[in-house]
Amino acid sequence: MSLKQRLEELKDQGLQDIQAADNQQKLNDIRVKLLGKKGPITEVLRGLKDLSNEERPQVGSFANKIKGDLSSAIDDQLKVLDQKTLQRRLAHETIDVTLPGRPAPVGTPHILNQTIDDLEELFIGLGYEVIDGPEVETDHYNFEMMNIPRNHPARDMQDTFYITHDLLMRTHTSPNQARSLEKHDFSKGPLKMISPGRVYRRDNDDATHSHQFNQLEGLVIDKHVTMADLKGTLEVVARHVFGEEREIRLRPSYFPFTEPSIEVDISCFACGGKGCRVCKYTGWIEVLGAGMVHPNVLSRAGVDPQVYGGFAFGLGPDRFAMLKYGVNDIREFYQNDLRFLHQFQREVK
Amino acid sequence: MKISYQWLSQFVDLKQIEPQKLADQVSVTGIEVASVIAPDAGLKKIVVGHILATRPHPNSDHLTLCQVDIGAEEPVQIVCGAPNVAADQYVIVALPGSRIANNEKIKRGKMRGEASEGMICALQEIGFSDSVVPKEYLHGIYVFPEAKPVGQPVFSFLGMDDRLLDFDITPNRADTLGMHGAAYEVGAMIHEKPRFPEVNLNESGAKSSDLIKVSVAEPELVPQYLLKVVENITIKPSPLWLQIRLWNNGIRPINNVVDVTNYVMLEYGQPLHAYDYDQLSSKQIGVRLAQADEPFVTLDGEEWHLRPSDLVITDGAKPVGVAGVMGGLNSEVTDQTQTVVLEAAVFDPTSIRKTAQWTNLHTEASTRFEKGINAADVETALRRASQLLADLAGGQVCEGIAIGNQQVRQPLQVQLDPARVNHVLGTQISRQEMLAILQDLQFDYQDQADKILVTVPLRRWDISIEADLIEEIARLYGYDKLPSTLPTGIQTKGSFNRRQQLIRTVRKNLLAHGLDEVISYSLLTEPQAVAFTHTPKPAIKLAWPMTQDHAYLRQNLISGLLLDLQYNLAHQQNDVAIFEQGNVFQTVDNQNQPKEVPMVAALWSGQVKPTSWLTKTRQYDFYDAKGEVVNLLTVLGVADQVQFVADDTIAQLHPGRTAKIILADQVIGFVGEIHPNEQQALALPVTYVMQLDLLAILNTELPTIVSESAAKYPAVERDVALILDQNISNAQVVALVKENGGKYLTDVSIFDVFAGEKIGHHKRSLAYRLHFQDPAATLQDEQINKVMLKVTSALTENLKAQVR
Ligand SMILES: [Zn+2]
Repeated sequence: MSLKQRLEELKDQGLQDIQAADNQQKLNDIRVKLLGKKGPITEVLRGLKDLSNEERPQVGSFANKIKGDLSSAIDDQLKVLDQKTLQRRLAHETIDVTLPGRPAPVGTPHILNQTIDDLEELFIGLGYEVIDGPEVETDHYNFEMMNIPRNHPARDMQDTFYITHDLLMRTHTSPNQARSLEKHDFSKGPLKMISPGRVYRRDNDDATHSHQFNQLEGLVIDKHVTMADLKGTLEVVARHVFGEEREIRLRPSYFPFTEPSIEVDISCFACGGKGCRVCKYTGWIEVLGAGMVHPNVLSRAGVDPQVYGGFAFGLGPDRFAMLKYGVNDIREFYQNDLRFLHQFQREVK
Repeated sequence: MKISYQWLSQFVDLKQIEPQKLADQVSVTGIEVASVIAPDAGLKKIVVGHILATRPHPNSDHLTLCQVDIGAEEPVQIVCGAPNVAADQYVIVALPGSRIANNEKIKRGKMRGEASEGMICALQEIGFSDSVVPKEYLHGIYVFPEAKPVGQPVFSFLGMDDRLLDFDITPNRADTLGMHGAAYEVGAMIHEKPRFPEVNLNESGAKSSDLIKVSVAEPELVPQYLLKVVENITIKPSPLWLQIRLWNNGIRPINNVVDVTNYVMLEYGQPLHAYDYDQLSSKQIGVRLAQADEPFVTLDGEEWHLRPSDLVITDGAKPVGVAGVMGGLNSEVTDQTQTVVLEAAVFDPTSIRKTAQWTNLHTEASTRFEKGINAADVETALRRASQLLADLAGGQVCEGIAIGNQQVRQPLQVQLDPARVNHVLGTQISRQEMLAILQDLQFDYQDQADKILVTVPLRRWDISIEADLIEEIARLYGYDKLPSTLPTGIQTKGSFNRRQQLIRTVRKNLLAHGLDEVISYSLLTEPQAVAFTHTPKPAIKLAWPMTQDHAYLRQNLISGLLLDLQYNLAHQQNDVAIFEQGNVFQTVDNQNQPKEVPMVAALWSGQVKPTSWLTKTRQYDFYDAKGEVVNLLTVLGVADQVQFVADDTIAQLHPGRTAKIILADQVIGFVGEIHPNEQQALALPVTYVMQLDLLAILNTELPTIVSESAAKYPAVERDVALILDQNISNAQVVALVKENGGKYLTDVSIFDVFAGEKIGHHKRSLAYRLHFQDPAATLQDEQINKVMLKVTSALTENLKAQVR
């Protein structure tokens, strides 16, 4: 048998063994056995010295080729085995991805606070300050400064929890108008503020009345602020809260602290204005009160009504939330049943 | 007031505008119309019937068989149970197939064996309220006072085809509490001048002022007080047209005299009262303030002990009426009355308001006196009522007026600057348009060089300054025509202040950790209000609470959270982790207003949320609560200035499981378990709470953050396990470690707590990991060993610690 034949034989046998090897260890053994220093191919190469000068390079390169082929066959088989091992591992590691994930805790902001937060952010964007004021107010700020003297019939509109003759639970956030007007330095520019907070009325709690609820006051005073500016501002609010397609409608009304005074309706978001149960078949929903600040309110706070003027509005976050989410009973906001609160978990509305 | 469309159209040409459309227009330009009422809505096949004959029902002792002409070829038989049914009456018949009130359907039927072709109706059965049905028809069928065409629908004969616009007035627009005022308002809106019939009186005989003497003791409170006497009247029912006007406005027809006073009130908005002249013993009328506890019986039979602030009308001695509120039983007009004294007055609104409030007598009259009266029409209304008494009661009107007081102020003149109007409204309304609006309002004016001088009629007492006139221009010009703009001018910055930012941070963090936000009531019971505080103050109480549940201002937020928990437990929501951010109220010496302190409080009860198949369930414990507090204090930047100290001073908290939280020597809150007694009393499971004073944290100055590079040299950690008496606290150990740990000790953290027999009675084992870092070099073992030795010997010496 020539060396060449011998090499062919080694190659065939080698490839067979490689194919048959079913783990890395066996392949390593084959590598050492076939290609190692004591292996048969090395043995064959040692016999080269007995060959003629012509044959030697031929057989030599043939032997190297076979060595190369076997080596890469081993590498290939290794890859195949790796692949198989991986497949087994992956199969083994497979889990039921439909089981629930480990839940991260998530708390729900109260829907009234979500409503207020949203409005605060809107007005901050429009350049308004947010003003806090006391919930226990003096008669002076709650009424007198707002152009509601004692025995004014408008005091009937707001049944008041008095603490003493002069002290009461504020019935509206409007006293913060007077407080801001007194403090504001008009030489530094206009006064633009909102003031959200809790207010109190002497009411029996039922589906539509609550002795405690929220209000958000707004006030803009400058040398030239118009009722058209009020209308535009309220349009921004209505569309922000109730949808871009909303129209607003102003109707005459009465508040002692504004003149002219208006009620503001929005076109019904439930029916688009055609008339439905939500809007009591009128196409419009009353959402807030507003007006041009009464000269008496300005002058009482030391601001000259001949020079300065502007608008004020007051809206009810409770009412906004009731309308927007179809809440039928205002008491639900204050009972804090978790099942009720959790409905508003989705904060992107 | 319900404004009758038919009546209104007698004063203004309504140009056939549909009632609903007119109402919508009024709502947008003037006064909110709450609804348009159609009294005949839902009714059908209800006609006039003429009872030709009656005979008793053979099988009943209270039913009557009536032969009724309903305009058909033959009369029909109808069974009727009313006691007042009789032959020759014109009555209301609901035919078979008709619909009466409450959507009830009437069928042809048999009653005790006798056929009945429909039903003869009482007014209530076709939708009238009990309160407006004339007393004689309250318990029987209604009988028309005169013949009506049989077979015709009844609606037009009863005023039910009218449409009533329910004016929901604001307090300033009481001028529309009368048809004349309403006519001015609607007329201005539709550019029509209202017209009112003249009052023509035939006066004869004696002078009113001779028959009755009048004196007003409080002219300031009674600017107008006028009396007129009408003699020889015959008391009888009013004509139907007048009764209709009243019942459509919710007023029950009584008799011609009373009805006339009510009718004229509806016309002019001027309340009137009629006294029986013969019941006035001294033929004198006085107006004065009541004496304290002066007894008086109003005509509803109620007995009062009057107050010195009440204005009364007297017969010279005793009261015969509470001025502007209600007349007295002792001078009431009765069927026997022959001569009446009519009163028209203006009373001080505040005085009337006070009396109406304490007596709770909010009558049609008191409402109008409280909200204002058209001073210009007082006398006219009195004359108008006299005229009607002459027409409808055959009365002889005595001459002139007995005047107690008649001060009528001059109309106000108010300047209107057209430029100012546009400046305020943001419009470009022309002067001509403004003048046209003033004309529509029927206001007199002088068009001067730059301004318009407007004379405001007395009937619009709500208008006194330019801003009031601007409102008139604006609303009649139309708010829908206002442009929409945003304020221009100097830019202002909008931003949250530090307090608002801090509150937002607190809420955001608690929400992120799974606590749900609640809003509870600030008004509580006294025990609830003063619980859960280290420094209870005198409770602030409402003067007149609505209920005892909401009578005191809270000094803590926990009581509210417990109420929320109870509500949830009652509704099978047992795993609760909630928080509230809000104010508590603390009285401050020598200060009128209480201090309002922003606080945050949280509550945990039940199983730790969220639960999952991956985690073992467990109950909330003290350390959940404390951990949350520490998290909050960390983001607020004060965690390392805060100490937790065991506390047994709050009665509602577990004395062994509560820590007070101290920042700069001030107690700023607590964290602990609800006391077992309290838990039992409120039927709660084990519950943990915390409360923090955010104002105290807000007032803490924080250093500016100056960044340092993260250390480049390796840090070293060493563990030490100690056996200690169990009364030695973690805080003591940590303090001692820090004191002795040298300048490279950066942190001490506990990683194991163990107690058990192995360790010994009253002992426990605590294991700590100490972190060391030299920012400038690699720490050497020797250095650390030295420090550790110092630490352990300090622990051994001071706390008798056994180092394991
Ligand atoms: Zn709708």
